[in-house]
This record gives sequence, C-alpha cells and structure tokens, in this order.
Amino acid sequence: MTAELICRCRRRLASGFELNADFRIPVDQSPVTVLFGPSGSGKTTLLRLIAGLDRADSGEISLNGRDWAGLSPQERRAAFLFQDYALFPHLSVARNIAYAARPGRAAELIKAFGLSDLSDRRPNRLSGGQQQRVALARALAADPALLLLDEPLSALDAPTRTKLRYELRRRLLDSGVPAIVVTHDRMEAVALGDWIAVIVDGQVRQVGPIQEVSRRPADAQVAASLGVENVLPATIVGREGGLMTLQVGPVQLQCVDTEAVSPVYACIHAEDVALTPEPHGSSARNRIAAHVVSVTIEGPLARVELDCGFPIVALITAQSAAELGLRAGDALSAVIKATAVHLIGG
Amino acid sequence: MDWQAIGLSVRLSAATTLILLIIGLPVAYWLAFSPRRWKVVVEAVVALPLVLPPTVLGFYVLLAMGPRSPIGALYSKLNGGLLPFSFQGLLLASVLYSLPFTVQPVASAFGAVDRKLLEASWCLGVSRFATFRRVLVPVALPGIATGVILSFAHTMGEFGVVLMVGGNIAGVTRTVSISIYDQVQALNYRAAAATSLFLLGLSFTVLVLTYSLQRRVSPVGAGRYDG
Repeated sequence: MTAELICRCRRRLASGFELNADFRIPVDQSPVTVLFGPSGSGKTTLLRLIAGLDRADSGEISLNGRDWAGLSPQERRAAFLFQDYALFPHLSVARNIAYAARPGRAAELIKAFGLSDLSDRRPNRLSGGQQQRVALARALAADPALLLLDEPLSALDAPTRTKLRYELRRRLLDSGVPAIVVTHDRMEAVALGDWIAVIVDGQVRQVGPIQEVSRRPADAQVAASLGVENVLPATIVGREGGLMTLQVGPVQLQCVDTEAVSPVYACIHAEDVALTPEPHGSSARNRIAAHVVSVTIEGPLARVELDCGFPIVALITAQSAAELGLRAGDALSAVIKATAVHLIGG
Repeated sequence: MDWQAIGLSVRLSAATTLILLIIGLPVAYWLAFSPRRWKVVVEAVVALPLVLPPTVLGFYVLLAMGPRSPIGALYSKLNGGLLPFSFQGLLLASVLYSLPFTVQPVASAFGAVDRKLLEASWCLGVSRFATFRRVLVPVALPGIATGVILSFAHTMGEFGVVLMVGGNIAGVTRTVSISIYDQVQALNYRAAAATSLFLLGLSFTVLVLTYSLQRRVSPVGAGRYDG
C-alpha cells in the first residue's frame, strides 16, 4: 500500500463551470501540498470534493489505498479548515478543541499550541491568528487522515500573514498529517508547500515538487499563473550540437535541445535575464540588444521592462540598477543563458 | 376567575409546545437545509394555519378525527375512546394549529447559522445528528426559544379550533378563551374581566421574558464572516 492521494474526478456546476482533476500526490514525499491557482479556478470546489462535502459527477478519490467514493465526510476524516476558520461561537477555545478529540488529546494540543491562557475565551474575542491556531488544533485533535486548508492565511492582515506562514508550515510538518493547502498567493505557495498542484480554469494542469514545476511549467498558462514573467511564442529554426536555435520575434535565441517541436513557448524567469551596458553583441550567445522601457524599484529588487523587438522583463538588484544608471530609453544588452530558457509546447 | 380553565389551557399549551418541539425541529431542519424540490409545498402546508380561518381548520380536523375516519378508528381501537371533544383531540388540533409558530422561527434561525460550522463538524467525524444537537441547536437557541414561546402563547389564546374540535366541556376542553366567551354570554362581566386580565398579564410577561432572553443570548450569533 502506498501513501498516496489519488484524485480523478469531474464535477459540473450549475453555472456551467467544469472541474476536471486527475492527479496523484505521494503524501509521504510531500507532507504539504499546495493547491495553487487564480481565484475562480476551482480550488475550493476541488477541496470540497476531497472532503466529501460535495459529490463528484464521476471519478474516484482514494487515500493510502482506501477508496473514498461513497464515504461520508465523517468516514473520510479529512478535517477541513475554512477560510474564516468556522469556530463554534458558543464554545470556549478549550471546548472547541475538545469537540471531536479523544480524552487527553485536547489538553496536549492546547499546551503545544500555546493556547493555555486563552482556553476560556469565546472565539469572537480572539484575533485572526489565534482563531487560526484554534482551528488547526481543533482539526488535529480529531486525528484526521488528511488536513484540508482553504486559504488559511487570507483572513489575516498582511504583516501577520507573512509571519504566520512559517509557523503554519512548522505546525503542519510537526503534526505528521498530510495537508493540502489552497492558496492563490505565489509567495505563500512557495513558503508553505513541498509539492504544488496548479489548477487553471477548473483543470489540474501540473503536479510536482514546487522547484520542479516552477522551473519547468507544463504549459503557457501554468507558467503565467506561477509568475514566470517572460512567456514568449517561438519557432524552432535550427538544431546543432545539443543546442537549439529559436526564432523569437526578430531575435534568435539558443537553448538546450529538447524533444520539443514548433510552435513552442520560451519561458524565461525575469531573474535569469542579466543586463550589461554594452548595447552591441549580436555575435555573443543570447546577447540581445535592448532598450529600457521602464524601471520600477520593488524593495531590494528592480524590475526592468525591456524592448528587444519583443517585450521582456528583467529582475535585478536595486543596487545594480543604480550602478548601471538605468533610465527609460537607455540602450543595453540583455544576456540569457541557454540553460535558462525552458521550452513548453505551444 | 375560572381557575379550572386556566389550568387546562396551561396544560394544553405546555403539551402542545413539547410535541411541537419534537416534530418542529426536524421539519425546520429539513426546510432550512434540503434542496429546493418539494420545499415550497411543505412550506405552504406548514403555513396554512396562519391564513386558514380556525373554523375551517377545526372542521377538517373534526372530520379527520371522526370515528369513521382512519385516524379516529385507529384511536378508538387503541384507546377505546373518541378523539373529538377529548383533551387528546384538542391537543392534536392545537399542534396542527400552532405548527407554523414553531417551525417558521426555528427554520429561519437554522437558516441563519453559518453552514460551514456544520460542515466543519462533519469533517471532524461527528455525525449529522450529533452536529445538530451540539452545534446547530445551541447556536440557533434564540430562534428556538422564540418558537417555543410563540407556540405556547398562541395555544393559550386559541378559540375557534377549540370550539370546533373540543366543544365546551368543563375540565376537559373548556380553555381560557372559551371560558371568557361563556362568562360574557352569561353576562358575568366581572368574571370575564378577571380572566381576561389574567391572560393579558400572562401574555405580556411571556413576551417581556422572550425579548430579554433573546437579547442575552444573541451575541453568540452565527459565523461573523462570509467567506
């Protein structure tokens, strides 16, 4: 028996929206899986199907070899953390946590989660962060087989949210219960998850380790939703010595040869675009003459929009932007390593 | 003052309210949470006593309880007696007549409870019935209290249905409102005034209690967010 969540299901909503999910997650390798996608992509719908709160029109869900089809939410024991935590308003913190706990377990969690001082309070007298902790403790107290968290940080204000990301990840890892966390925030996805499942327009498009998916997005929409800044339509014009030549607009780019066939998209992360002051350089590999369109300082980083016959974005440190004295209209060269160009099917 | 009639009314109201709690809560749950099919029909049936003249309701109940009707026949087989003009018959009629006064406030209180609270409980492995008992009922308590008090007060004051189904038998079916009617018919205005004043005082006290109770319980309320 493998520690694996298998989900193959379809559901059509009255609105005409169709969810189509077909993926498996090895929960032993991935304690925390992030279900990532833009708003309205079907993340919550999928989470509710896994919990058994809604029924799929067809398909199967199983965890660790146990078939979940036809099981009620009670039998699945996939504890669901709602966006607003849904604490029982008529019960104190301690009684919320003890709600579905075996004897002794609640006291243990109240202590471990640092909630002893709050145990007599009602939920409406707790801060958002405290409510989240109580909700997680309540879920873990029931010894669930799986934790499902729907945007667990979105009800918090921005500074708390950033602070609690790591605390939440640590608590999820400590719990030993595999978790699926829904988020639409890229930074949150990276901070919380081991694996990522990218969902776009009701379709689960790609599932895998976060680094892997972010390096090699499966298609242009996945790349765009993961925030790969440069997704450029290209055609393959040559292959030689393990390298491929791509035609992107008026420019030729080289990249590592893959099995790809035209048409393709060339994905280039903005941080992989380096800038040098010399405006010429047609001879060097992937050195492209460009004009600066705009420079935006974002904290320690500078986002530079360039025009080199097609638009491209570079992310460099604010310091090097200052050293280069970048201003709109400047001519320079953009340098992209052949290994930084990732191709996806068109 | 007709203490016998007052005692009978209180007994009838208490029994009616208790029965209505037992059957009204499940009906309200069904109305608040089931899919739309059939819902309108059930809603209309529950609300019928609100618009139907008590005499019409009483007439049908009387027919339904008669010895030749299935219900009446079954009752006399089991119990040997007749339903009409008995306390039991009166109780049955009162339950029907006050049904909307329990079901409607309770259903709207259930409907106002954040559904996520119930779903969170189910996902923690707690059964639907236990969730009903441990989450839904406590959170909807102010609405349930309103239903209880309205049903009690409504039964205390009922007249038309009682007259049709129960008649006017002292100690068996002569309720407060019938007793007042009798006293007025007999030109015994002093007694009628005393009984009326008692009923007025009781109704007022009950309503003051209801509102103060609701105010004290309501801060609990349903979920505060709407995600």
